[in-house]
Amino acid sequence: MNMTPIRPLSAGKVITISALMCACLFLVVLLSLLLGTAEISFDRLVGAFSGSLPAADPSALIIFKIRLPRIILAGLVGFSLSLGGVVFQALLRNPLADPFILGISSGSALGAIMGIVLGFSFAVGVPFMSFAGALLTIYLVVALGTRKMGMESSTILLTGVILNAFFTAIIMFFISTASSSRLYTMLFWLFGDLSQSHYGPLAIIAPVVVAASIVLYGFSKHLNIITAGEESAVQLGVEIKKAKMACLLVVSLIIGLVVSFSGLIGFVGLIVPHLARMAFGSDHRMLIPVGSLGGAIFLIVADTLARTVISPSELPVGVITAFLGAPFFIYLLMKRGSQWSRS
Amino acid sequence: MEPVLTLKNVGFRYGMAWALRGIDLEVNEGELLGILGPNGSGKSTLLKLMDGILVPDEGKILVRGKALSSLGRTSVAREIAMVSQENYFRFEFSVLEVVLMGRFPHLGRFQFEGPKDLDIALNALKATHALDLAERSIHGLSGGEKQRVLIARALAQEPGVVLLDEPTSFLDLKYKREIFGLVSSLSADKGISVVVVSHDIDLVSQYCKRIVMLRGGIVHDSGEPAEVLTRTNIEAVYDCPVLVDNNPVTGKPRITLLG
Repeated sequence: MNMTPIRPLSAGKVITISALMCACLFLVVLLSLLLGTAEISFDRLVGAFSGSLPAADPSALIIFKIRLPRIILAGLVGFSLSLGGVVFQALLRNPLADPFILGISSGSALGAIMGIVLGFSFAVGVPFMSFAGALLTIYLVVALGTRKMGMESSTILLTGVILNAFFTAIIMFFISTASSSRLYTMLFWLFGDLSQSHYGPLAIIAPVVVAASIVLYGFSKHLNIITAGEESAVQLGVEIKKAKMACLLVVSLIIGLVVSFSGLIGFVGLIVPHLARMAFGSDHRMLIPVGSLGGAIFLIVADTLARTVISPSELPVGVITAFLGAPFFIYLLMKRGSQWSRS
Repeated sequence: MEPVLTLKNVGFRYGMAWALRGIDLEVNEGELLGILGPNGSGKSTLLKLMDGILVPDEGKILVRGKALSSLGRTSVAREIAMVSQENYFRFEFSVLEVVLMGRFPHLGRFQFEGPKDLDIALNALKATHALDLAERSIHGLSGGEKQRVLIARALAQEPGVVLLDEPTSFLDLKYKREIFGLVSSLSADKGISVVVVSHDIDLVSQYCKRIVMLRGGIVHDSGEPAEVLTRTNIEAVYDCPVLVDNNPVTGKPRITLLG
């Protein structure tokens, strides 16, 4: 048999490519720290990190108090949204799924907007309300979407769509009755805003996101098999109810958590997983790390643009992701649309 | 020898309607068992019960003497493989990747496939004459090629029993013959028990040593082809007039539908 040696995906390959993505991420972070309304030279950046600049130096303040926490938040949010997109697309066997498809976005938006209406603070009250809204949505989707035979993808999808419509109606009600100053805050939240980042919340989000990624990575082979049909997944040894419930809950938890601090940022969870699939195939052992790191990179770049393009003023980051994402997505659809929807 | 699968008085119902009742059946080591019956007679339900995908409402199923219901999904998948009709690859995978999925029940949560798993997958592809497809996309295969790949995936599970749900529907004559030839060599050469549900009565007659005929959720008759495939049985079960004679080449019963 004269065949080129074919090899299955190895851990080494996953680690190598993930390491390259991490290097990329590091460069993007560096670049993002340098760019902004205030000019900071590379020397001063190095100085700030090596400790040779006094802590009260304006450059050091900008780097540590403003840019770094914001970049870390953007990274964590992008990472989680893209991870959620990868997992939901597999779980629902729907290439158009994103982490918001089950209505978590509108649930947390409703929570956040009620928080804003009630005059809660952006540091604690609004995220808390938003996270509560996300949890309520997940609970409703699971409770309403679960039948005797388990969760069926089309049922939970429909439940998500209906909840989404219902919550959006309530959001519209609040928006149309809001005072104009609050209206501005609401809109900024709805389009995503990473400017309110502090180290406190980051210290909560980061470990949760890391733990969630490890748990989800443990399901990567399950997800591969689930994309080929739930019944055949059961035949191959997947405990489908447990696997689906675990992935659904873990993803919803991190999405609810990051969204409560970032607002709604669309397209990341749709575009980046697609790019990762195009470049690396459908094996989730590769897709999960590559997609997540890619999401982090993408959102840091988008947020850097959001705070620099109309500097000194800034745009909501969701405007940038949609502005970059939508045309790109249309391009992808034109190019390979038929292959995605093929069964 | 102890049967690989034993069904004792098994019954299953969808809601209030019994789909299967009082099924007593043994699948022996290395045998090729054919299951015949009209649409809705409970054939697919029977296979799903044998694979533990459905749980019987009465009676019990034993896998080498152990209750099927007491085994976890991965243990079942190491013993029983199934190729069902629902097979639908939403995302792009190579044939090799698909066959390697058959190694799932043998691997730890974070474990990657090693050289041994690759060997098993390649041998499975070889056994189903699909080795040359290994690097092709699962999306680009014909019906017959895909069926061979899915059987290879089932073999990669290294099971004692392979369950096939209408493996030859949608296939042309050549592929039908090929699949049945393949399946019978699995049982003859590899000692794997194969249970095949089919509407191709003539092929089942030719290849299977034993046939179970279902009608309305109960076993209508079972035994060797010559015993089961009689005109009376077929006319009763399928509710249409047939002529049964012997295939001049194989000597097995041959069924001709009468107009």
